[in-house]
Amino acid sequence: MTSSLQKKLQETFIEIIRKTSAELPQDVVDAVVEGLEREAKESRGEYALKIIQKNIELAKKKSQPLCQDTGSILFYVHYPRKLDGELLGKVVKKAVVAATKKGYLRQNSVDSLTGQNNGTNVGPGTPTLHIEPWKKDHIEVKLMLKGGGCENVGAQYSLPDSRIGAGRDLNGVKKCILDAVQQAQGKGCGPGVLGVTIGGDRATGYLATKEQFLRKMKDKNPNPVLAKLEDECLNEANQLGIGPMGFGGKTTLMGVKVGALNRLPASYFVSVSYMCWAYRRQGAKVSARGEIQKWLY
Amino acid sequence: MIQLSAPFTEEKIRSLKVGDMVEITGLVFTGRDAIHKWLHDGNEPPVSLKDGIIYHCGPVVMKKKGQWVVTAAGPTTSIREEPYQAGIIEKHGVRAVIGKGGMGEKTRLACQKFGCVYLHAVGGAAQVLAEAIKKVRDVHLLEKFGSPEAIWELEVEAFPVVVTIDAHGNSLHKDIEAESSQNLAQLMAQIGKK
Ligand code: SF4
Repeated sequence: MTSSLQKKLQETFIEIIRKTSAELPQDVVDAVVEGLEREAKESRGEYALKIIQKNIELAKKKSQPLCQDTGSILFYVHYPRKLDGELLGKVVKKAVVAATKKGYLRQNSVDSLTGQNNGTNVGPGTPTLHIEPWKKDHIEVKLMLKGGGCENVGAQYSLPDSRIGAGRDLNGVKKCILDAVQQAQGKGCGPGVLGVTIGGDRATGYLATKEQFLRKMKDKNPNPVLAKLEDECLNEANQLGIGPMGFGGKTTLMGVKVGALNRLPASYFVSVSYMCWAYRRQGAKVSARGEIQKWLY
Repeated sequence: MIQLSAPFTEEKIRSLKVGDMVEITGLVFTGRDAIHKWLHDGNEPPVSLKDGIIYHCGPVVMKKKGQWVVTAAGPTTSIREEPYQAGIIEKHGVRAVIGKGGMGEKTRLACQKFGCVYLHAVGGAAQVLAEAIKKVRDVHLLEKFGSPEAIWELEVEAFPVVVTIDAHGNSLHKDIEAESSQNLAQLMAQIGKK
């Protein structure tokens, strides 16, 4: 990789970060609008969603972070085999440092032992980088910024769970999902979207919940059993009455996305991640010369 | 929509009920973890908080042409201040606390006893809330605690919030939780029966 290509790629990654931090993808904006239409006129739910909608417009116009918590930085990168993946990872990290300097990202990475913040967003475990070679000759970059408030209300269940009466079947899974929404109340800055994994181990389960957030709001799960489960859970969660911000109302969730992984016979985990309304995800098809060819969302 | 303007008297505060949608105009003081602990430890605030509003917020503030300008100012999670809030409401005569996520029993009781309310801002609405801040009047303890943790005196106009704990012992958080928990019990009972 020539140094001029590295420079070009770094600029491209910075632009992807800027756009992700300031602009919600259209499918999420549409879901917010749908929620707004569903809430009763003059209700608190409508009030909260109107403010959210205005915030989305303002952030885009001013090219400023949608929320001051610019969240965990999760990159999903595929690159052509002829490129040096290790070096590409370094360029991504450099772009994160530069985007932090420009104010697209908050200084958000704290040393867990000393409490110190080096102000760069780069340190052990941050940013999270999933990077893999592939056969195509362009680079694909997907980026998600996931806030701390919503991350805190995620939950993992080990079935059977006697507290909520959940056994090792799809009915049990559904109980976990509804319970997680009830526990979260408005604390995850709802209306939110759930990423759920049935199975896996404790680590792979949670990992895959994040990948569910790379899906578009209106896509259909290719597995009909999971597609049905998603629809039912969304519909039932919205009968809880928690509403936007926990103010009460009909829009508690905007979506539920479920995947399944194989598990050990001895384990049956259900992992649930909560994404706040500030659902920042973007992606781009980047040419081997480092130029953005197409936005993916 | 209810307009709540300075001065924030006990009478005005006691007239608010949970669920009210309110727009605040007047002065608010930011305060988060460091300030709450520091006041709780018995230190005197550098500015009087009597009849004042505390905002749980670590704003992003920049100096532009010699003036402080707030570029992002969403609420932070309030429950972290639960151990300290009630004592601060009592000792310093605070009339309202703005934040997100709600607060616990101690704060609810202090609100009732001393005439204070908890106002819930929309989490994440950093840009809308920054726009409602018209001027930075002053800043205290900036050197000691750093920018996000300092006390910023902010002049706000039509700053949008919802009353979720009032001065009569009510909490919208408690109500919604109880209601949704009943709904959940019904939904759970139906699962597998269809
Ligand atoms: S949960 Fe989301 S919207 Fe709420 S403060 Fe965190 S990042 Fe912002």
